Amino acid sequence: MKYETVIGLEIHAELATDTKIFCGCTTAFGGEENTHCCPVCLGLPGTLPVLNRKVIEYAVKAGLSTNCEISGFSKLDRKNYFYPDLPKAYQISQYDQPVCKNGYLEIRGDFGSKRIGITRIHIEEDAGKLLHEAEDGSTLVDYNRGGVPLIEIVSEPDMRSAEEARLYAEKIKSILEYTGVSDCRMQEGSLRFDVNLSVRPEGSEKLGTRTEMKNLNSFRALVNAIENESRRQIGVLESGGLLLQETRKWDDVTGENTSLRSKEEAQDYRYFPEPDLVPVLLDEEYIEGIRRKLPELPEVRNERYIREWGLPEYDAGVITASLPLAVFFEECVKSYGGGPKTVSNWVMGELMRLLNEKGIEADQIPIPPGHLADLLKLVDGGTVSSSAAKKVFEEMFETGEQPEKLVERLGLSQISDEQALTDIIRKVMEENPQSVEDYRGGTTKAMGFLVGQTMRRTKGKANPALVNKILKQLLEQ
Amino acid sequence: MLHYMTARELSERIRNREVSAEETVSSVLGRIEKLDKKIGSYITVTAERALEEARRADRRLKEGGSLPPLAGIPMALKDNMCTQDIPTTCASKMLENFVPPYSALVYEKLQRAGSVLVGKTNLDEFAMGSSTENSAFKKTCNPWDQGRVPGGSSGGSAAAVAAGMAAFALGSDTGGSIRQPAALCGVVGMKPTYGRVSRYGIVAFASSLDQAGPITRDVRDCAFVLNHICGYDRRDSTSADVDVPDFEAGLGKGIKGMRIGIPSEYFGEGIQPGVRDRVTEAIGVLEGLGAVCDEVSLPHTDYALSAYYIISSAEASSNLARYDGIRYGYRAEGCQDLDELYIKTRSEGFGEEVKRRIMLGTYALSSGYYDAYYKKAQKVRTLVKKDFERVFKNYDILVCPTTPAVAFRAGEKTGDPLQMYLFDVYTIPVNTAGLPALSIPCGFADNLPVGLQLIGKPFAEQTLLRAGYAYQGSTEFHKEHPQV
Repeated sequence: MKYETVIGLEIHAELATDTKIFCGCTTAFGGEENTHCCPVCLGLPGTLPVLNRKVIEYAVKAGLSTNCEISGFSKLDRKNYFYPDLPKAYQISQYDQPVCKNGYLEIRGDFGSKRIGITRIHIEEDAGKLLHEAEDGSTLVDYNRGGVPLIEIVSEPDMRSAEEARLYAEKIKSILEYTGVSDCRMQEGSLRFDVNLSVRPEGSEKLGTRTEMKNLNSFRALVNAIENESRRQIGVLESGGLLLQETRKWDDVTGENTSLRSKEEAQDYRYFPEPDLVPVLLDEEYIEGIRRKLPELPEVRNERYIREWGLPEYDAGVITASLPLAVFFEECVKSYGGGPKTVSNWVMGELMRLLNEKGIEADQIPIPPGHLADLLKLVDGGTVSSSAAKKVFEEMFETGEQPEKLVERLGLSQISDEQALTDIIRKVMEENPQSVEDYRGGTTKAMGFLVGQTMRRTKGKANPALVNKILKQLLEQ
Repeated sequence: MLHYMTARELSERIRNREVSAEETVSSVLGRIEKLDKKIGSYITVTAERALEEARRADRRLKEGGSLPPLAGIPMALKDNMCTQDIPTTCASKMLENFVPPYSALVYEKLQRAGSVLVGKTNLDEFAMGSSTENSAFKKTCNPWDQGRVPGGSSGGSAAAVAAGMAAFALGSDTGGSIRQPAALCGVVGMKPTYGRVSRYGIVAFASSLDQAGPITRDVRDCAFVLNHICGYDRRDSTSADVDVPDFEAGLGKGIKGMRIGIPSEYFGEGIQPGVRDRVTEAIGVLEGLGAVCDEVSLPHTDYALSAYYIISSAEASSNLARYDGIRYGYRAEGCQDLDELYIKTRSEGFGEEVKRRIMLGTYALSSGYYDAYYKKAQKVRTLVKKDFERVFKNYDILVCPTTPAVAFRAGEKTGDPLQMYLFDVYTIPVNTAGLPALSIPCGFADNLPVGLQLIGKPFAEQTLLRAGYAYQGSTEFHKEHPQV
């Protein structure tokens, strides 16, 4: 039997606010344990939360960029459960009246284009972090992350493959980056995925029993988890087994997929309206004000690159998926002045290769775009060959030095001085009279040998186009 | 007798240099030293700190500086109000050693106004109770009869003011916890409109009902203190951004033509005849002063109590979940795993009544029961509120007893929580509707004080104070003191 996989995603994104959702503490990542805290985010007795306005603004931005309806009235609720990383023993979240609902996104792939529904986007606070590193085996808690604002973007179960899920998640990421709602630093956990997945015989309308996998923090883990869980569920059904509604854990390092808890063990969160906060009331004027200030979204930028700059669809797609990459690209194009395609070749080739190799995120590119533009100008001007330019680029990536200086330091500049080259070529011709004779006698391939000798003598630094030109002139005199 | 002077009188005398702040504070501290072994009002006495502050005020006056209005006035705070560097226990083993690194806004405001904290008063654990018998640390006696309870949960504050162990005190009122002990101890207590006073730094019992307010010797002092604790606070999102009037202004305008509603549901079954008689006489006094009194009906009164216990317990079950032994407060010893740590800490750290409410509230919020309990209670709450809105279209204030009976004997109701809960039947609807209400002494039944409750429209504390002031202008009950 053929099976269809049905996938829904819950995406948690940390918002790029300066301060926490209910107090004035910094949201900066890291820091010495328990130093980004105050009585409010530690939930000390008598303290009260005060909602950070920016959080609402960012949630509305995310909603407007994903075609959501923005609620004129929404409220906060308490989600009650005991855990040491949760100082109040409840998380302030939104239960039945979120800020945004009923949105969608289009994803594009080999299958064409497809609409993925977004059920809701709500705001909530993050929890602290347990540290199991103490020497005596005890567990410590770091509350620095507690109270950092999050949005949770809940999709409809509209995806049918790991590929679709990845495309959807990537699109969410690029929208959040473009709107400045989140910096989406995956390695810092500021973007995390929960997967809801079930399988059913192809053609069936009824949904199968679903499982949930929480806290996947890379696209790779997302794809691996979906493929593995989908295979596992099909395997269970094929062998006549029954699937359990449960929460499972995917370990992307070991590739282990294990059960965490069943539906019966699921907690009753006893949601109720947060009495310490008032409802959030948003009027049309406020919402429209945010809509007007929305930046260019990835789709629009993509269109612009194709239409105005003549980039191939593929290049435009790859570059616009990441805002920092697109910004880098665009600034480079502007200061270079040559063709955008040349820049996109470099960005998609050398730059992305180095980022991947070194595990650097696109918002941490260690060179300014102007440096790449300068390097491209050196290639165009013949100062450096394109193969030498790759070496320069790699070195630039390490040291951040300016390309001209690097070319000099590494001795990679081409000999483009006509007089100097003419002298060298004359010498080569003197030393190889036979080849000169051969050429003049009609054996034109003797020219190749002479070019080779010239390059050898210059240790490859001679500008090949210029060598050809001069040699031809001299031979034909 | 410095210790029985009103805050207003003391303020004038200190300013006129008839008495020093140090003498004033010393006299109250001496009184505490002498009497509190018997009465048990205080959990913590801050004598040294208080004297130091008083001397500082005296020095300032001597150097020709001006003093803030409450300078040198000795006050007590209920021990659920955070006081920086001073233990704040909520009368619970759970917070026995908790010293907050911040102060409640009300304390900050009163400090700025110059008032001197002499100590933190006893209460029912986490303010849950009606007799102050649920304190983990001590019992507080009613100064009028030491075999009887002072009421609760702000029993320590009310008893301290009644016994001359503070010029005034603050209490918190979730279902009557200021007005009820004020009534039983023969002093004045006001619960302001929900949102009038910031809750920041007051340890939460039920967030949508809690409100702090003054307990004083007379209505004038109530206005005097209220002037210094009200106002919008950006740290409390539920505090109201409305103008705060000068509550002392217009006190003496009289009540000629004031329309007063007498809710018949507050005089029904279960009321002690002596209480009914004193309240009826008080209504007569108000009529004599020119008020127009009519009987009115608040038909949903009977349901308010049940709705209150569901909502307040639901909120409490969540508010008190943070006391888990992880970060501060009591932690059980010798636990093998996390669940055991939670269970033992909370079983040992909380008292019976607190645990009862946590269980009640947890149940009411559980999936499958939420609609039948919590949601329904919220609907009842709306109906109770509408009852009041309807009568307030035609009346300025409502007048009724604060409690159905005078102070009961210690231990009399501890075995029967329901009887205990019923004692707050006249005060609870006011919290449910978020309204302001004032309790003032209106005589004695069986030689014990009776309280008269005045209920007002939202943010109409001034009207209540005016009526109370007029009443005290023609009666002497507020000038009576217990023989301790």
